[in-house]
Amino acid sequence: MTDSIIKVVGLTKIYNHTVLAVDHISFEVNRGEIFGLLGPNGAGKSTTIGMLNTLLKPTEGTALIDGIDVTKEPSNVRKIIGVVPQEYTADEDLTGWENVMLIADFYGISRDISRQRAKELLEMVGLTEASKRKVETYSGGMRRRLELAMGLINKPKVLFLDEPTLGLDVQTRTAIWEHIRKLKSEYNMTILVTTHYLEEADEFCDRIAIIDRGKIVKADTPENLKKGVGGDIITIQLTKDGKDVDQALKGIQGVTEVKNNGDGLITLKVIDGGAVAPAIIKAFTQMNLNVTRLTLARPTMDEVYMTYTGRNLREEQATSEETFTMRRTMRTARS
Amino acid sequence: MDEKGINSGPLHGLWAVTNRELKKWYKEPFIFIISLVQPIIWIGLFGKAMNLGEIFSAGSLNIPGLDLPKQIIDSLSQEILKSTFGTTNYFSFLAVGMLSFIVLFSAMSSGMTIVWDRRLGFLNKMLTTPLSRGNVIMGKVLSSVIKALVQAVIVLLIAVLLGLTFSAQFTVFSLAITFFALFLLAMGLSSLFIMLAIRSTRWETQMAIMNLLNLPLLFASNAFYPVKFMPYWLKPIVMVNPLTYANNVARAMLIGVTPTASVAFSVLYLVGFAAIFSFIGIFLSWKYISS
Ligand SMILES: Nc1ncnc2c1ncn2[C@@H]1O[C@H](COP(=O)(O)OP(=O)(O)OP(=O)(O)O)[C@@H](O)[C@H]1O
Ligand SMILES: [Mg+2]
Repeated sequence: MTDSIIKVVGLTKIYNHTVLAVDHISFEVNRGEIFGLLGPNGAGKSTTIGMLNTLLKPTEGTALIDGIDVTKEPSNVRKIIGVVPQEYTADEDLTGWENVMLIADFYGISRDISRQRAKELLEMVGLTEASKRKVETYSGGMRRRLELAMGLINKPKVLFLDEPTLGLDVQTRTAIWEHIRKLKSEYNMTILVTTHYLEEADEFCDRIAIIDRGKIVKADTPENLKKGVGGDIITIQLTKDGKDVDQALKGIQGVTEVKNNGDGLITLKVIDGGAVAPAIIKAFTQMNLNVTRLTLARPTMDEVYMTYTGRNLREEQATSEETFTMRRTMRTARS
Repeated sequence: MDEKGINSGPLHGLWAVTNRELKKWYKEPFIFIISLVQPIIWIGLFGKAMNLGEIFSAGSLNIPGLDLPKQIIDSLSQEILKSTFGTTNYFSFLAVGMLSFIVLFSAMSSGMTIVWDRRLGFLNKMLTTPLSRGNVIMGKVLSSVIKALVQAVIVLLIAVLLGLTFSAQFTVFSLAITFFALFLLAMGLSSLFIMLAIRSTRWETQMAIMNLLNLPLLFASNAFYPVKFMPYWLKPIVMVNPLTYANNVARAMLIGVTPTASVAFSVLYLVGFAAIFSFIGIFLSWKYISS
């Protein structure tokens, strides 16, 4: 039995009666799952999260968080969720500690409990020392970690993370994901996360929904998604050209595509590469051809993403990081 | 989810919102001091340097050929001052007017804080917590009122140091009534400016609104000059301007100027102003704070 904690049915958002940002999407997230939303800029990820965390009113459709309707009982939903938005929200004029305590007050958590929790959370994200300083002195990574601590102060059942690692260096990104993993394993927290980094989604999400132009085009485990795009890639290097081998290779069960330029380098698309590889070597031996090298590559999320959105996320990543940096500059320009 | 230790009463978080604003203010004494400079300059400039009262003093009113004794000129000028400003001391008249001025300026900037909160995402953060939308707004209003009143106290103290003289009837009670009137003024004005800022994401717009409203509100009131000598077309505007009523109360209470509208009526007018605007302000803000 799967126990779904987020249930979304036909959720739709039209901004200003004109911009269709989210178009009748439906999905479920299981309790204790890390669920990723993947999609190009403007696909509707933040809008979806906004409707689930009660910030935006859906134009149509319903969403239940742990059985509570986001439109009918928003204040009850707010009690059980944690939100780490795409932009930095901490008050820069206050210290890290003051920020966390402020959010605790918004949740109505009594002082003795919130002090203890704030201490633990700041410890967890490694900001104990820095928490006495004003947030305006923090680096990007520190701000993210502070946002995470702020989003966790009410021990939420469901945590929404919108681009938690955007614009951070690889080390900090890994550290943030380690925290996210820990939340799942230690507290069985459900996490809905958006990201532009495909390898992160691949490595850390239990399931991924690919969203494009306001619609979910595909949702599955990373494993299945990758299988779905046509299996593994085997590259073979021969000593001779091997011009007439195509027919024989296509006859092997599991091989779906053969690319052979006749220069001794052959690329095959196969289903379950590990199982097919021995059969391929055998076939070449029978044809009296020597295989000098065989490499087996799994398809990456890049290919999955290409297949379902027709776009390359690498470029998107760059534009996202750019806008993000711009926003930060604007924040700094304020004072 | 442990329910113990959770306060979900209707007012929870109100003080947290209020205190956040106050903290930023008293932790940045620079901003705090800057905000006081303006009314003090006005007091100094108009109250001391360009003192209207001086025009009527014996020295300047000496008419050649008409050798009036100094005593007569003195009593004549006292009479003119008295009948114009209701007091013989223009400096006191103006200094008390500056109390509503500082309240106006303080309340105006409250709209700004909500624009920044929206712009910087803090508002959204607040709105995803169980904090009620009403408390988000009330906290803003409350902090603005507290700031305004603290600034008014400081302006009054400085005015006293510079020579403001209280009337003979002045008591602690007069002070209480004055600050009650200023409280009502601050409440209504803060609500008004927060309401005007509620959907704005651009601080430039907010600045424009502030600049558009501040001087007219100030000069179309009796802050600098008594109503009875104003042109007929200006009078109706002055008479709906809440600043006029706050000045009425403050002047009657502190320096004994007989007001154009009675103190009781003025206070009542301010109660109405504060009630209506905070109600509309909180209602509209609650309705339009999120999309
Ligand atoms: N407040 C708004 N008013 C009008 N249109 C909006 C608003 N917010 C978002 N949109 C539009 O809705 C669409 C979805 O935006 P959304 O922010 O949800 O995308 P996203 O997937 O989060 O993109 P990104 O990867 O850039 O964060 C976009 O076309 C965007 O321009
Ligand atoms: Mg987004």
